[in-house]
Amino acid sequence: MTSDSRLEKILEEGHFAVTSECGPPRGVGPEVIQKKGEILKGVVDSVNVTDNQTSVVRMSSWSAGVLLKQMGINPVYQMVTRDRNRIAIQSDILGAASLGINTILCLSGDHQKFGDHEAAANVYDLDSIHLIQTVKLMRDDKKFLGGDELKGEPRMFIGAAANPFADPFEFRVVRLAKKINAGAQFIQTQCIFNIERFKKWMEMVRDRGLHEKAHILGGVTPLKSIGMAKYIKNMVPGMDVPDELIERIKGVEKEKRAEEGIKICIETIQQVREIEGVHGVHIMAIEWEEMVPRIADEAGLLPRPAAQ
Amino acid sequence: MVIGEGKPLQDVLAMVSQNKKIIVAGCRGCVTVCCAGGEKEVGVLSAALNLARQKDDNPIEIHEVTLERQCDTEYLEQVRSFIDEYEAVVSIACGAGVQFMAEMYRKIPIYPGINTNFIGVTEQQGVWAERCQACGNCKLHFTGGICPVTRCAKRLMNGPCGGSTQGKCEVDPETTCGWQLIYDVLKEQGRLDKLEHIIPVSDWSTSRDGGPRRIVREDLKL
Ligand code: SF4
Repeated sequence: MTSDSRLEKILEEGHFAVTSECGPPRGVGPEVIQKKGEILKGVVDSVNVTDNQTSVVRMSSWSAGVLLKQMGINPVYQMVTRDRNRIAIQSDILGAASLGINTILCLSGDHQKFGDHEAAANVYDLDSIHLIQTVKLMRDDKKFLGGDELKGEPRMFIGAAANPFADPFEFRVVRLAKKINAGAQFIQTQCIFNIERFKKWMEMVRDRGLHEKAHILGGVTPLKSIGMAKYIKNMVPGMDVPDELIERIKGVEKEKRAEEGIKICIETIQQVREIEGVHGVHIMAIEWEEMVPRIADEAGLLPRPAAQ
Repeated sequence: MVIGEGKPLQDVLAMVSQNKKIIVAGCRGCVTVCCAGGEKEVGVLSAALNLARQKDDNPIEIHEVTLERQCDTEYLEQVRSFIDEYEAVVSIACGAGVQFMAEMYRKIPIYPGINTNFIGVTEQQGVWAERCQACGNCKLHFTGGICPVTRCAKRLMNGPCGGSTQGKCEVDPETTCGWQLIYDVLKEQGRLDKLEHIIPVSDWSTSRDGGPRRIVREDLKL
């Protein structure tokens, strides 16, 4: 074990892992995050805490992670390289580790153009692959990027994201390989709506033997409505929502569409689970956390194993 | 070359609102080529200022001049004989030219009449685009001659990110994803293996992060 991460234990013990995520509040209230934590506790193995997602300012991801930790939940500390340079990054990693955070997801982050501070400078001193290397260097070599030794290494289980639906398609697996070579131990993918494309991607992953070098968790998102499906399809870069899926939701009565979205999500989980090399699912129920217990239950993912 | 673009007339009018006698100074270098600060633009800006001030019943006297370059003291000298007769200069050279003029002539304010935007190329007539951020540490040999610092909105060294869609950048559907371009050219050249390697963490000390930069060539100094 490289860390005390519950997620690492679950995966290393060979269980099919289940993670979810929650976005911190746009204010100081801890109860927002605690409420989401209550819903997810015991239903998933770890909860990702997003880092100012879509570049909208929110409570810092490590502090919301600590709030979850206090409730007995294993937080996955999401860190983007958009807002901090290597000095702040390494400092935050040390701080988070000292507060008991042991799982990190390394991201470059959405451009600030998407958020509420379009006039902000972006940092991008490092990219996501450099961030993975940095955490690994600190953990395994007990060194800072600058070369100095650190005292007391951050024992982090290192994760990264992969988007099988971005372009150029043939390069997505190469980039995944780079992330794994850099030190990523688990991978959470972008939301899978196009299962055929995901299968093709996984085939390329297996061809390179990458599924044996890192644990791949397929990302799923329940669609609440036609509006949401269309928004994701047309407005969120790097997302692939096939027309058939939209047609399927359109095919049911308006009041039953959310229900259909849940059904599709559960089916996707079951299909993803069948694919060789997929070791878990990451359920991203965007501002719909209350649906996660039901999805996990009906997808046959409960009860969660008690990894120790 | 350095690419610039005229500031809105209202902004320039606001800068000179207290002045009655000014110089509008152009430059025959880059800003002439990108049609932002050459002799022609000196004429256009001066006419516009004149007209606006006449309309306000507050005429302004303008001396029009276009220097060979504003980034060389030798050419900046050419205004010394008459600059003291004026209250301000609106320079429509790039930011370097404006500053160099301000360094040489400290008694009166030197105002910028254009915005300096980037180091770039003329893609087609009337269209200029950025190509270089002057990071001081050229990596173009790794990336198929396409600069990730300039052409990726996140200056990623190991892109493309998950937002790259059909060749376009996540930031703007009108902007080509720089990393898609890098991928395409390396693929064409049969050098995709280059992208298997991680381009290491950058040293930004040669960029603006290291403070104002200077090059001293002893062999050329007088
Ligand atoms: S889409 Fe391409 S250019 Fe835009 S930020 Fe991502 S990698 Fe960079």
